[in-house]
Formats: sequence, structure tokens, C-alpha cells
Amino acid sequence: MDKKQEVSLIKMFTSTFTLSMFTFGGGFVIVPLMKKKFVDELHWVEEKEMMDLVAIAQSSPGAIAVNGSIIIGYRLKGIVGALVNILATVLPPLIILTIISYCYDAFRSSAVVSFAMRGMQAAVAAVIVDVVFNMIKGLIVERNRVGIVVMILALIANSVFKVNILILIVVCGAIGTVNTMSREKARKERIG
Amino acid sequence: MIEIFFKLFWSFFQIGLFSIGGGYAAMPLIQNQVVAIHGWLTMTQFADIITIAEMTPGPIAINSATFVGTQVAGLPGAIIATIGCVLPSCIIVLTLAWVYYKYRELSVMQGILSGLRPVVVALIAGAGISLCKLALLKEGAAGLSWSQIDLLSVGLFAAALIALRKFKLNPIWVMASIGVFNVVIHIWG
Repeated sequence: MDKKQEVSLIKMFTSTFTLSMFTFGGGFVIVPLMKKKFVDELHWVEEKEMMDLVAIAQSSPGAIAVNGSIIIGYRLKGIVGALVNILATVLPPLIILTIISYCYDAFRSSAVVSFAMRGMQAAVAAVIVDVVFNMIKGLIVERNRVGIVVMILALIANSVFKVNILILIVVCGAIGTVNTMSREKARKERIG
Repeated sequence: MIEIFFKLFWSFFQIGLFSIGGGYAAMPLIQNQVVAIHGWLTMTQFADIITIAEMTPGPIAINSATFVGTQVAGLPGAIIATIGCVLPSCIIVLTLAWVYYKYRELSVMQGILSGLRPVVVALIAGAGISLCKLALLKEGAAGLSWSQIDLLSVGLFAAALIALRKFKLNPIWVMASIGVFNVVIHIWG
């Protein structure tokens, strides 16, 4: 791995910091940006490997932006690289939100801000509904019948019966995983 | 004081550990920990933080960790909550990275991930329903009844949904314009 020598920790930090600073709306937006920076511009990671790293970031719990920068940092500079990259990802939101948080009470008691927040809440509700529609559409397109039933039951258990959210994740996750594995197996047998 | 730091750390550790599928998956967990279990934020403050998170860079979970941490225990609280939130990712991503470079095999993890998707969708939908209730009923409304519905908010919600689904406009611009619009009709209306 002679490529590792070309990688500068400072360059990596500033690249990730800038990406994090300008990634609005979070999540999947940062993945193509990381690919552009580290594969196309800096040539630190190869494209095929980047795809696998993104898959790891998406398979792990937590924010995709954080996961993506941990794995790229680790790939480039080992554990130190991972820690430096976490810092670079977390600092921009940490700074911005700390400032907002300290001003929040003064900020929120202004009538203009209050009306703006009230209006934006309606829009946020719409954003979430839009996201949920797209996710449900995904399940329907896949014809994942067990998945759709699990989803409806989990929604009722969560919203009506207030079942503990962690129990729901573990139980429904186990059902879904067994279902997904057996579907994959059946699909492979059909092909093979 | 030590106890509050420990609670913050542990709450956000659980949020980090169980928000699978990124982004919005953290939302129901944050609501559960921060509003329902610990009462650190009211539902209105929670909606505000989701709104602020959408308008500022960075993941929802990190934004919330900083905001809640600062509100509860100042800057040290923000840092501890953020560390708690990031630590599970750190451990799991590095373990998977190690497995990947050793065996080049990821399919089990991807199987688990897609198996979890239905419950993740359900939990996000559940948090979405709470946010809709808050946004579409009159402020301070107690129960669900027709007289409590805020018609203006329903109109704004519908306009935003059309802008997002039909015209595929950028959510940040949709939110900002609806916020400005709501200020204009209240101040000059």
C-alpha cells in the first residue's frame, strides 16, 4: 500500500470538514460528495473499493455521514484516521447547533421566528410524509409481503399500544431478517 | 451533575446504536429518549430541533445530541451526548471494516439491514404522525377533534407535499419559503 504515504492527515481533515459543513439535509447526500472528493479528485481510494466502503457505512447503525467518514479515515490512516475524520464530520454541526442552542430561548420568543417555525413545522411534516411514502413504495415494488405486514403491525404496536421501540426493532428486525435471508436463498436457488 | 452526563451519554448511545438505515431512522428514537423517557424537550422543541436539523448541515442525530446536550448540561453536555451518539457507529463500522478487509464478505450484514427496513419505516411513520399532529392541530390543542384543526397549517402542509412529490423541489427551499410565507401572512395579513 504505497498509496498510504501520499495521504495527508490535514488534507483529509479539511476535506471531510468541508464536506460536512456543506451537507444539508444529511444522509445520502454526503455519499456521492465523498466519492467525488476521495475517488475522483484526490485518487486516494479506488471506485470499486469505495462502493464497498459505502455499503459498510450504510449497513452500520448511526448517521451515514459519520459512518462514511469513519471508514474512509480508517482506510486511509487506520484508527487515528478514523478518529480525525469523526472529529471533522462532527465539528461543523456541533459548533452551529451549540450557537443556535444558546440563542434558542431569545430566538424562539420573537414573533417572527415563532411564525416561521410554525410554518416550517408544517413543511417538515410534509417532508417526513414524503420520505415515508417513498419507503413504503419501495416495500410494495419489491413485493415484500411479510415486510408490509411487519410494517403495519409495528406501526400499530408503536402508535396505538406504545410498545417499547427497542423491543420492536429487535423482534421485527429478527422476523424481517429471517424473511430476507430465506427470500435471498430461494432467489439464488431459482437462478442457480 | 455526573449522573446527568451519564444519562445523556447512555440515551444518545442507544440512539446511535439503534438508528439503523441512517438519517430519519434516528428520529423516532430521539423522540422516545428525549421527549418520552427523559422529558428533556417538549414535543414542540423536538419539532423545532427536527426543523433546525433539516435547515443546517449535519446528521439529525448529531444536531439533536448537540442541542439536547447544551440545553440539559451546557457545552460539556453537548460534547458527551455527541460522543455517545458516535461511539456505536465507531465500534461497529471498524469491526465491519476489519471483517471486510479480512474476508471481503458483507452479505449477512446487508441481509440484516434490509430485514430491518419494514420496522424502520413503521417507526419513522409513527414519529411522522406525532409531528403531523403537532403541526396541523392548533397550538396547545388537547385532543383530536375537527375543531382543533389549524386550517392554515393544513394548507401549508398540502402545498409543501405537492411541491415535494409532484415538482420534486429541494426540501430546504420548500421549508424556507413556507416559513417566510407564514411570517408574511401573519405580520401583514
